[in-house]
Amino acid sequence: MSKNSLGRELPETWRGRTLRPYRDPFSAQPEGPRVARPIRRVNPGDNKLLGSLREAIEASGLRDGMTIGAHHHLRNGDLVLNSVVKEIAALGLRDIGIASSSVHPVHEALIPYIRDGVISHIECGVNGQISRMVSTGQLDVPIITRTHGGRGRAMMCGDLKVDVAFVGAPTCDEYGNICASKGPSACGVVGYSHSDADYADCVIAITDNLVPYPAFPISIPQTKVDYVVKIDSLGNPAKIVSTTTRITTDPIGLQIAKYAATVIELSGLLRNGFSFQTGAGGASLAVAANVRDLMRKQAITGSFGAGGITGYFVEMLEEGLLEALFDVQSFDLKAVASVGRNPAHIEMSADMYANPFNAGCVVNRLDCVVLGAREIDVNFNVNVNTESDGTLNGNTGGHADTAAGAKLAIVVAPSIRARLPIVRDEVTTISTPGETIDAIVTERGVALNSKYQALAPDLRRRGVPVKSIIELRDEIYGITGAPRPIEFTDKIVGLVEYRDGTITDVIRQVKG
Amino acid sequence: MRINKKAQAGTMQSSDLIVFVEPADDLAIEIESTVQQQFGHLIEARVKQVLKRLSVEQCRIMVSDRGALDYAIDARVEAALRRAN
Repeated sequence: MSKNSLGRELPETWRGRTLRPYRDPFSAQPEGPRVARPIRRVNPGDNKLLGSLREAIEASGLRDGMTIGAHHHLRNGDLVLNSVVKEIAALGLRDIGIASSSVHPVHEALIPYIRDGVISHIECGVNGQISRMVSTGQLDVPIITRTHGGRGRAMMCGDLKVDVAFVGAPTCDEYGNICASKGPSACGVVGYSHSDADYADCVIAITDNLVPYPAFPISIPQTKVDYVVKIDSLGNPAKIVSTTTRITTDPIGLQIAKYAATVIELSGLLRNGFSFQTGAGGASLAVAANVRDLMRKQAITGSFGAGGITGYFVEMLEEGLLEALFDVQSFDLKAVASVGRNPAHIEMSADMYANPFNAGCVVNRLDCVVLGAREIDVNFNVNVNTESDGTLNGNTGGHADTAAGAKLAIVVAPSIRARLPIVRDEVTTISTPGETIDAIVTERGVALNSKYQALAPDLRRRGVPVKSIIELRDEIYGITGAPRPIEFTDKIVGLVEYRDGTITDVIRQVKG
Repeated sequence: MRINKKAQAGTMQSSDLIVFVEPADDLAIEIESTVQQQFGHLIEARVKQVLKRLSVEQCRIMVSDRGALDYAIDARVEAALRRAN
């Protein structure tokens, strides 16, 4: 056991892998060239369209012990991953790794295949029943959670080898041009699959909307796609994207949003060229609404909005408040519709979004990001991976990536959720290191990390209660009481990998 | 205070609790909570405090907690006990 710089105990190795402890956000240096996929040749007249998923799996050369890639753009409506694994099992393959960009509750259909040994490891964050069962020792499958940028990096560096990528393609032609913004399962963009298409040995496009050549606008081009398969349905459209994402009406959320917007206003970053990202949560959107009003009032034109794009950001683009949108994942129907309509709504790969080991990713250009949190500790470390009962339930997503990249990373959260203090002595799991978080905003006040301490007097003058994070914790504990720690066994069921491949934390099995 | 009949107070909503009370020969307290591991001890202490304050020595009290704060626990437990009186 050794400790990383966040004070978390890590073993030297885990399941055969040597673990590199997290040290700081920026100093880990990559070495050598990026990995390459085999060169191929497709001649005139060659056919890429195959008759079934089974034929495609056979053609891909998938064997026991290999890893498959997938994306989570269809979110909890996804039927692709379940269909692929069912077919893999029917072919008698075993010991397969799943390297999706996220696993959702709908994928609990994979549990029998994990039990039978068809699936032997998962290389992404997991939501829902699978993660709960793994955390409580009812299911044995090692899980490595990665950030969105970290997944692209891991593939680029060869840390994560995807042998066969199965890319759900909302629209596709027989030659493999994938278009994500059209079709019954349209999800806008497929930003998470671009790295799969670049690095997987074999890339299979799976579509429920096969159109005459050429399909466009092109998300992933024919040059990277080996085979095309048509199936009946990629997913349940009602669950693929939210019909609308809405601003919170909760007075606590609105109070938080007001404080957060004041922090942004006084930070000095809100000027022409301002760049901005928020999550799709109600409180984050309320911050966006407040910022939009400030931009209108002060006649500010921002440069870009990024991340998972919501209708809110589309409205800001169409109103001329933002020059462009970088979209790695469309969160609602308004965002999906905008992709085809607005040339300044740009599909962005997870690599371009957030990979720390390319020639510069978009998060590096962010002025401000507004993030959520399950828990925050007195060192500003944030947990987004585990519940307060200790069970894994979630993906780091772009949280740690944007926090590292943005000049001002704000975490918004209510101070208490059903008696659980959100600001606390220790977080259950460190997903995002506190040194990349600049401000914690709760309805009880704002805690500033070192970089923005000087804002305190101005914020107070504007009526925003600024407190030290210790004061904030004490105030919250005074209401909830101090929580007793969750008890864990020594068994490590998962890793929390930082964007550079170092380990910020491990996830242990919950006791009894 | 004597517990003469069955009664209940509260809801199953998040941050609330529901309390069931019924007559019994001795004092039996059953607590179930979404935050049992972190706060079970504090919830139990709070329930006992209310029982003591109202001098209830014989009853069966069942608490199903969804992360309520102490003041809500006080109010729901007292309401259930008074309704059962």
